[in-house]
Amino acid sequence: MTRLYGARGWAALGVLAAILFVVFPALSLGVPAGSPFHLSQYWVTLIGKIMCYAVVAIAMDLVWGYSGILSLGHGLFFALGGYALGMYLMRQIGRQGQYQSELPDFMVFLDWKELPWHWWNTDQFWWAALLAVLVPGLLAFAFGYFAFRSRVKGVYFSIITQALTFAAMLLFFRNNTGFGGNNGFTDFKRILGYGITEPETRMALFAATGAVLIGTLLVARWIVTSRFGRVLEAIRDAETRVAFCGYNTLHYKLFVFTLSAVICGIAGALYVPQVGIINPGEMSPANSIEIAIWVAVGGRGTLVGAIAGAGLVNFAKSLFTVWFPEYWLYFLGLLFILVTLFLPRGIVGLARGTRTGAA
Amino acid sequence: MRRLLVLLCLLAAGRAWALDPAAVGRLAFGDGDERIAAIGALLASGEPRVTEVLQAFAAGELQTAGERVLIVRGEEGFDAASGQRVAPLPPEREDVVANNRLRSAAQAALASLKLLAPERAARLEAARALSGSVDPATAPLLRKALEVEGDGEIRALLAMAVASLDLASDDRATRLAAIRMLGESSNAAVQPLLAAAVKDPDAEIRSAAKLSLIEVEGRLKWGEILGLLFAGVSLGSILMLAALGLAITYGLMGVINMAHGELIMIGAYTAYVVQNAFRSMGLFEWYLLAAVPASFAVAALVGMLLERSVIRWLYGRPLETLLATWGISLVLIQGVRTLFGAQNVPVENPAWVSGGIAVMSNLTLPWNRIAIIVFAAAVLAAIGLLLARTRLGLFVRGVTQNREMASCVGVPTARVDTLAFGLGAGLAGLAGCALSQIGNVGPDLGQGYIVDSFLVVVFGGVGQLGGTVYAALMLGFANKFLEAWSGAVIAKIVVLVFIVFFIQSRPQGLFALKGRAA
Amino acid sequence: MKRRTFVKQLALSVAIASIGMSSTSLYAQQKTVKVGVLHSLSGTMAISETVLKDVALMAFEEINAKGGVMGAKIEPVVVDPASNWPLFAEKARQLLSQDKVAATFGCWTSVSRKSVLPVFEELNGLLYYPVQYEGEEISKNVFYTGAAPNQQAIPAVEYLMSKDGGNAKRWVLLGTDYVYPRTTNKILRAFLKSKGVAEADILEEYTPFGHSDYQTIIAKIKKFAAEGKRTAVVSTINGDSNVPFYKELGNQGLKATDVPVVAFSVGEEELRGVDTKPLVGHLAAWNYFMSIKAPANDEFVKKWNAYAKAKNIAGHKDKPLTNDPMEATYIGIYMWKQAVEKAKSFDVAKVSAAMGGQSFKAPSGITSTMDAKNHHLHKAVFIGEIKADGQFNVVWKTKGPVKAQPWSPFIAGNEKKIDAPALMAAKK
Repeated sequence: MTRLYGARGWAALGVLAAILFVVFPALSLGVPAGSPFHLSQYWVTLIGKIMCYAVVAIAMDLVWGYSGILSLGHGLFFALGGYALGMYLMRQIGRQGQYQSELPDFMVFLDWKELPWHWWNTDQFWWAALLAVLVPGLLAFAFGYFAFRSRVKGVYFSIITQALTFAAMLLFFRNNTGFGGNNGFTDFKRILGYGITEPETRMALFAATGAVLIGTLLVARWIVTSRFGRVLEAIRDAETRVAFCGYNTLHYKLFVFTLSAVICGIAGALYVPQVGIINPGEMSPANSIEIAIWVAVGGRGTLVGAIAGAGLVNFAKSLFTVWFPEYWLYFLGLLFILVTLFLPRGIVGLARGTRTGAA
Repeated sequence: MRRLLVLLCLLAAGRAWALDPAAVGRLAFGDGDERIAAIGALLASGEPRVTEVLQAFAAGELQTAGERVLIVRGEEGFDAASGQRVAPLPPEREDVVANNRLRSAAQAALASLKLLAPERAARLEAARALSGSVDPATAPLLRKALEVEGDGEIRALLAMAVASLDLASDDRATRLAAIRMLGESSNAAVQPLLAAAVKDPDAEIRSAAKLSLIEVEGRLKWGEILGLLFAGVSLGSILMLAALGLAITYGLMGVINMAHGELIMIGAYTAYVVQNAFRSMGLFEWYLLAAVPASFAVAALVGMLLERSVIRWLYGRPLETLLATWGISLVLIQGVRTLFGAQNVPVENPAWVSGGIAVMSNLTLPWNRIAIIVFAAAVLAAIGLLLARTRLGLFVRGVTQNREMASCVGVPTARVDTLAFGLGAGLAGLAGCALSQIGNVGPDLGQGYIVDSFLVVVFGGVGQLGGTVYAALMLGFANKFLEAWSGAVIAKIVVLVFIVFFIQSRPQGLFALKGRAA
Repeated sequence: MKRRTFVKQLALSVAIASIGMSSTSLYAQQKTVKVGVLHSLSGTMAISETVLKDVALMAFEEINAKGGVMGAKIEPVVVDPASNWPLFAEKARQLLSQDKVAATFGCWTSVSRKSVLPVFEELNGLLYYPVQYEGEEISKNVFYTGAAPNQQAIPAVEYLMSKDGGNAKRWVLLGTDYVYPRTTNKILRAFLKSKGVAEADILEEYTPFGHSDYQTIIAKIKKFAAEGKRTAVVSTINGDSNVPFYKELGNQGLKATDVPVVAFSVGEEELRGVDTKPLVGHLAAWNYFMSIKAPANDEFVKKWNAYAKAKNIAGHKDKPLTNDPMEATYIGIYMWKQAVEKAKSFDVAKVSAAMGGQSFKAPSGITSTMDAKNHHLHKAVFIGEIKADGQFNVVWKTKGPVKAQPWSPFIAGNEKKIDAPALMAAKK
């Protein structure tokens, strides 16, 4: 088996882990709020959110960068994971909602007397966590099976995944679907019994996201450096030849697509308690396109690039919307154009190119 | 009862009485009921100037200055009661506000005045206006008008109106005749009248009413079905217009142009700019004639610019064009926001595409939609000819089928690419110009059409203009029929899911390219 | 020419932004207070929200010109949450914890408010929400300066039922499929039932977001209207879909004298994009119309005209329009100023306490008062009919300001609700 990373790679990962699990918690919880070194809740939630995006970007890189499948529906899997955990969080509100009922507020409002079937057992964390993995996974499996079996590829696949997430968005917008309609889920109070606004809870979620990020990176790295990963890359470059060599490409593509959806589901589940809202807007086609853009900006087929791209684009968005509220779209738009034109291998490609001196 | 007397007076009125200033005053200053009464009183006076005052009232041209009531048009003013010119106009004036109730009373009064007018058109209009909801108070007038009316079409309308009044008659034979008469009607308004008669204690009336009701409903059903068909064709033509440009840039050239929607938007904004220019020249009615070529030209120019500067470098990397063009679309949206503001801009229909043609009482076909259907057909024919019969079309087809070979035989592929992309962009511009006639024109206009456009192209089969046309029409019909049956939200979801399943079973769309090119 | 000014603006804004980041010393000698403006300037909601940002900046400029709030100059912090709901929460947190704003004016959609609400409660911020909404909410950290359903929807329906409104007996409740229309229609349905309207005389129809093809819906309305007595349509169609809806309505020849349509989300700004000549007589219910004749309104409109021209606000510099949410934003800002001056502090709890009972001579000509307890304004209700020039004729108005009922009595279970956030919190 190939080594996952060289010594420098492991060292970098160690430093990252140390920052995420030691330095940040210490700065956030150990340093008093007045100190200039204090890491405020704003940064904790913002970095936490961006790490969730980074996990999604890795998942995207697996299917797009390594297997050549551009899914424009990954936002759907992300949102489904979020909704699964969101159901649990809604149940945890208990009687503290506006209506002081056991049912979530929006159901009281719809005059529903009991929970609909799909809310069964969602007061159990383990079930919600399971749903967050299973629902995106099964959907991706079923969808992928039919799509890959009939050899839907390239742009066709992109467009139908886009149609899928668009249809799901309209479905979730409906009040009667039972997911709170356009308002979605908000106003969470507790997770696993801990207050969701407590700095400790926030830090725990932050650390969990960090752990998932590092874990996802390692798993993805393991896959792409394995024999399996090389077959994937071969499929990306010449699927017919791989098929003629006796590989069943359906299995490879289906596996990586499903895995990617599961990772997105996990990211979504971590995302919701940190940003405090999930609504069908997450399923809008534009959001899914953005995921692809993170990967492209960072550099496809590099994994690290996915993280860098997600981080760069989202930090840029967060800062530009404050600094240049009227003009930030110009910068973002130009960034996308220039990266595609001049950095076909993304910023990571640029960094590697200058280091090795090779184009 | 009083109004009846009043109307009889009117019919008898041979000579003009003075317009009662008190009635005009009540019309301007009274509360709702007083003003309704004032309209009746004015009508009763039989004075020819009543028409002018009531028209001014309905059009919101009445104003008050202290105790005086004026008709004000622009800078000119007339005393409402006497008709004398008032100059200069008093500076402190208040509008006389007419609400819907008063406006419809005034309009009914005006219509009844016109029933006996010498011009056929005025009588026809009045008869139409009165045939909808018949006020028993107008009965004597209607009967009188029916007696003296010579024109067949107007007679039919009046007879229907009289029949719906006769339904309440005490005489059984009259009622039966009225019911049979109403059975001939295709006006939806008679439905509730007949439905009430179906519950009549008299068995014969009941069965006659049932029969008539079935006849009327049958006719109305036709109107509904035709309406649905029209709606389907209309939506289909809009989808087709929106997707045609994409069928070229994406279908033929393989560029995933996410900025396609924004090119549509640019077309719509061009129509807006042209409209403003023509309005300032006083040629508002004709702005569309210039807006169509202008939208095409501007969008095509922007398209060619994009092709030269960005897309050129990305051929053969279709998925990357997606990212770059997404960036372009963000810049274009924000650019329009900076230039024109974030809010919608008004694009109005010229008079010749305003309103609609009333085919049946429950089926009105709006002119703007008819115009778009015709326009879409014309654009389709033009593009078909262009691709099939011109040198550029030949080159485009050649480059699409085999770029290297085309290049070898001397086709300037780079220029053909630019021109083809410009053509696709120009078509998007035309779609924008058409859309400006039915929807809003704002920075987000294109975002609403991009997903649909891609679906149409993919559903129809990439590389097939014909497929795009069929796909657009099919989706239009499917959407509208489902909508009538299940509501708009579910309809949209069902159509999307259907397309997903369809592509999964037939990945090449409705019409697959045959042979090696597929 | 335009492009050049744009480039200049761009350069200027970059310069200002870079100054802004190192400007603490510049402002140090002068007392300032930071105030947040949280409206989408991009994305789907920019169409409605951008102008609220501008009117807020106008009000701040006005207040600063008169010496500021308690001697402190207002320093607006404008951010763009880009119609993205998680971004709303992030920006709210940033305004409260990084910029430490004294108050925030913002949000339009209910979902954006729901998204920021937990943040404002956690960090004890102060939000002024300027748009009509569905009610069913009350928070100690939010002041609602837009209308609750009883200040808009119910009076409108009552008017249509009256003799002057046309004695409507059958009702089409038409809306975009999301929370505000669903809630409003639920309240209206209960209200209509209490007035003896039969179930068969109510038709409820919904369309998806961004719906632009209203052919079938209008055909349905026509059919429903032809089947019986006087019909009226109550429209809660969301902003963007209104233009295609009204264009279709006008071209299909459905006149206000036959079937009047009353809308709750259509104001001067939405009608900007429509030819209103075929729509004369259709109605809207608001707490403010640009056409209201009152000295306060004349002044407000004049100020906005001058401001739009001076700041070169695209669209408004050629055709300045004011509307209800703009007025509500303006009222909110002035009430906050008054409350700060009464409390003699920017502290949220103190300002909040001082807000109750504040009154302000609103541009609508009515003196609006903040309720002592329920955080909503007492507002007058106006019903306007569309005129050919896109403005409204006020055909009916309430005698005076109406108290808001955020908990509609037409929703079962709301009788037990306490109409004040302080008491609600105690009950928890």
